[in-house]
Amino acid sequence: MRLLTHNMLSSNIKGVTNGFPLLIEVEKVVEKQVDFNEDFLRNMFAKIEWKALVKASRTMGYTELPENSEASMLNSDEFLRKFHHALLELHLEEGALVCPETGRKFPVNKGIPNMLLHEDEV
Amino acid sequence: MLSRTAQIRLVSSHPEVYDPCDDSFALVDALLADRANLVEHCPSICMEVGCGSGYVITSLALMLGKDSSGCHFIATDINPHAVGVTRKTMEAHGCHAELVTTDIASGLETRLAGSVDVMVVNPPYVPTPEYEVGQFGIASAWAGGENGRSVIDKILPVADKLLSDKGWLYLVTLTANNPSEICLQMRKKGYASRIVLQRSTEEESLHIIKFWRDLDTQLEVIECTALNRTEHGVLLNSLLSKVPRLPFWSNGNWSSH
Repeated sequence: MRLLTHNMLSSNIKGVTNGFPLLIEVEKVVEKQVDFNEDFLRNMFAKIEWKALVKASRTMGYTELPENSEASMLNSDEFLRKFHHALLELHLEEGALVCPETGRKFPVNKGIPNMLLHEDEV
Repeated sequence: MLSRTAQIRLVSSHPEVYDPCDDSFALVDALLADRANLVEHCPSICMEVGCGSGYVITSLALMLGKDSSGCHFIATDINPHAVGVTRKTMEAHGCHAELVTTDIASGLETRLAGSVDVMVVNPPYVPTPEYEVGQFGIASAWAGGENGRSVIDKILPVADKLLSDKGWLYLVTLTANNPSEICLQMRKKGYASRIVLQRSTEEESLHIIKFWRDLDTQLEVIECTALNRTEHGVLLNSLLSKVPRLPFWSNGNWSSH
């Protein structure tokens, strides 16, 4: 599971109002190389919740992302490379995503998060 | 020569997962026929709801291939075995998609709203008794309840939420699902549609429908809403004056469908 996906996931438990971002419990992180595409990064930048990305990448062991960001930084190649690496190349292979409000864990196995809810959570 | 679709011999399988069949092939054929449009469309995010064996999302990734290196693929399925099989199928073809085991797009809806440029869905469309719908395991691949519409009717509002302004939806339906009524419902949400492929087998008649947001259809919806109000004259003028600010207007919608 890439951090792009983590940034798009929120807790779907009934009644939860503060379900984003999900906390990350790391068991295994893998780095996988992905082709750099500037257009994609620019498209995604507006949709990404930056603070959540920074926090998630640090949990995964990557500390290079700046605390804050603004659109003008997209002109910097160095920034784009770091953004690319954090967003697309860090994979949570094994671990869990945790609802920030209820503490409920959504398991991540072989890079796949399982967001299926139990009957009483729907 | 690189194959433009997934190869059956590389598609993984599992006893609880629906193997690619006529409906899967029809959907991929429809996408292939529209490939030039898809490439020109430059999607950033493509999504499949109900990925099963992974045949369709893998084929989509292959056919967009190097022409859309800036495109990312997401696939979901309610059946965890299906998601696992899709992972293996994608890997066998050297492709990657972000996979989530979930009911339609639960968990993704809030953050991914308005972000999906291409959505493909081969839903459980077979008319079955209602109690068969949503059972875990392989039956979730086909059980569609009354008129085979139970799951389709749950998916359409989610698609409406997730699709971007330029978003396209490809949906597999049976005659029994009443496709013209589906198109009518989508029209009320501002979508134009056309049947991009029809195929009849011994057992079923398939219609692959393509939906897209269309300015004229959206204006129709606004006018219909306005005419239903008591002070309709004033309201109509006030709504129509907002038309130039519709995002769709400023982007223009001249690409072919």
